[in-house]
Amino acid sequence: MIPPLIGPRRKNPIARTRQPLLPPGARSRAALGLTAAAALGRFELQVCGACGAVQYPPREVCHRCLSGPLRWREQSGAGDLIAETTVHHSNDLYFRERVPWRLGLVRLDVGPTAVVHLHGGCAPAPSRVRIGARLDKSGQGVLLAFPIEEVPNMADDPQLREMTCDPKFRKILVTDGKTAVGQAIVRAIIGAGADLVWVGHAEPWKKFPGLTDIEALPQVSLVPLDLTDSGSVKEIAAEIGGKVDILINTAEAHRTHGIASRSGVEAARSEMDVNYFGLLRLAQEIGPAMRSRGADGQSSATAWVNLLSIYALSNFPPHGTFSASKAAALSLSQCLRAEMRAAGVRVINVFPGPIDDEWNQMLPPPKLTPDALAKAVVIALKDGLEDVYPGEVAQEWLARWLENPKVLERELSI
Amino acid sequence: MMPVAANTLTTLAADLLSGRIRVVDLTQTLAPEFPQIVLPPEFGQCLPFRIEEISRYDERGPAWYWNNFSCGEHTGTHFDAPIHWVSGRDLPNNATDSLPVQQLIGAACVIDCSAEALANPDFLLTVDHLQRWEAVHGRIPPRAWVLMRTDWSKRTDPVAYQNFDEAGQHTPGPATDAVKFLVDERDVAGFGSEAIGTDAGQAYHLKPPYPCHYYMHGAGRYGLQCLTNLDLLPPTGAVIFCAPLKIKNGSGSPIRALALVPALA
Repeated sequence: MIPPLIGPRRKNPIARTRQPLLPPGARSRAALGLTAAAALGRFELQVCGACGAVQYPPREVCHRCLSGPLRWREQSGAGDLIAETTVHHSNDLYFRERVPWRLGLVRLDVGPTAVVHLHGGCAPAPSRVRIGARLDKSGQGVLLAFPIEEVPNMADDPQLREMTCDPKFRKILVTDGKTAVGQAIVRAIIGAGADLVWVGHAEPWKKFPGLTDIEALPQVSLVPLDLTDSGSVKEIAAEIGGKVDILINTAEAHRTHGIASRSGVEAARSEMDVNYFGLLRLAQEIGPAMRSRGADGQSSATAWVNLLSIYALSNFPPHGTFSASKAAALSLSQCLRAEMRAAGVRVINVFPGPIDDEWNQMLPPPKLTPDALAKAVVIALKDGLEDVYPGEVAQEWLARWLENPKVLERELSI
Repeated sequence: MMPVAANTLTTLAADLLSGRIRVVDLTQTLAPEFPQIVLPPEFGQCLPFRIEEISRYDERGPAWYWNNFSCGEHTGTHFDAPIHWVSGRDLPNNATDSLPVQQLIGAACVIDCSAEALANPDFLLTVDHLQRWEAVHGRIPPRAWVLMRTDWSKRTDPVAYQNFDEAGQHTPGPATDAVKFLVDERDVAGFGSEAIGTDAGQAYHLKPPYPCHYYMHGAGRYGLQCLTNLDLLPPTGAVIFCAPLKIKNGSGSPIRALALVPALA
């Protein structure tokens, strides 16, 4: 039985905020394959190309035939929980603060046996379980055994919640609520149980449809926020930075130009100013406050979501300057991820294909609806992912890019 | 014996020192939150005012504080040169670096339209209104600056200042006939407004669109926008200073607009 999460009591404003700690994060290069898959929400193990053996823990060669090549392949995770224990004492500082902690020994149907974290809903050993991979607070892939059947309050398990960024009871800043995407995300996170949502809006004199409806939601407070204005970002950081558990950066400037179709640099500069420098301003001002609250009780600072674009991977020439600004933002987000990791705050990059909005008017379907994008963001938070490619176009581009980035570049440059 | 003009300047300096002549600041503060002109999003946009710290007695520069700022030529309280509009593009000396500086200091005629603008945000200043003003205050002299006082600058909330609805912007400005009258029959130096443009918010629908820009700049005259404190000026008798930055081939520039006014007795 998982007791339901109850809303956290209001924090005593003069109590010390505990410093974030991380579980052991050292991994071999081979083991990082597990992390890479977990970042996408997949449980993958090494499979030997020569003899077909599935192995865990990851190694440089096949444990059975000592050859290779070893390929990471997705696994169902089904297996038997053959033994379990609950740790009540640990000398590791991270686990010391989090005991009791349930661990189990699972024999996977595909062969290997693994020591795994054990979800509170799993029946006592022996029982059937399903292993999933999650990123822990160190940002490393770990294995967690789930019950086969859904149990009540599944997401509220304290061990699972350490590895996810569930919006439930969290205080969330959505940086731009003027777009359909921003508004869909606000609604989706409220649906997922967000406690409080600050919604940024720049240039208040410009009327945008839907903002009045968003403002009427009881969880929402509109806040002035313009990512092109350092003073505005500083101000919002000063006012609420120390309370933000999840930041979702939806602010975006998008024009539909390549190099030849628009003279001058001003349109491209406005894209860079929001998409790249805006992220930098946010990261400099709100990043430190979130890093200081990585272990601030049940609803600590937990995630930073960037709305990027699949064009960040490879330039889409009709939207060439936009693509370049998103590539710059992707690069910066990797720096942010490295800097936030020390506090256990996850940086989630979302790479949608074309969204069904004003600036993609001339692109044919399929186009991602704002609601579908919002749903993907909520799933990413609930599963604690790092990289999300929502929609058919994004999935297809990703597959082509992974297969051969040069081929994709050439295909896009028609 | 001193030439008369030198005498005038000596007296001016003395009057400034004694306070018999007051200096009124007609300028809005350049700040990121001050609104800028809005165009359809597919057009190029005028940048709002932005400011970034270079250093502030810190590791970036231990003993000094300074900033880099950026903005458009038409940000904040600003000056429009004739080259700004297509109608003035081929005139001689039509840019901020080449225009004759003699015209940047001159008499101001302040037309009070505050009651009309309060009643109707789309108020258009007409020839009829100007002639009624002249009947009381005298003929607008050549090369005077005509300033349309609307008290629009008192709308300190940017939303009220911009005043947008589904039909676009609603701010007061001059009617086409008034602009032609001021240029052709009164030979003014320029036209100044408290709103975000010299033209009214709905001036796109006038004939021609944006008549103040079209005729003023087409005749080599100037525009001043986002002025403030016009309510502190007398209808006649003030002198304004409105020099733009000397930007090479510039179409305008933010300015520090000042007025000299006789102190009240």
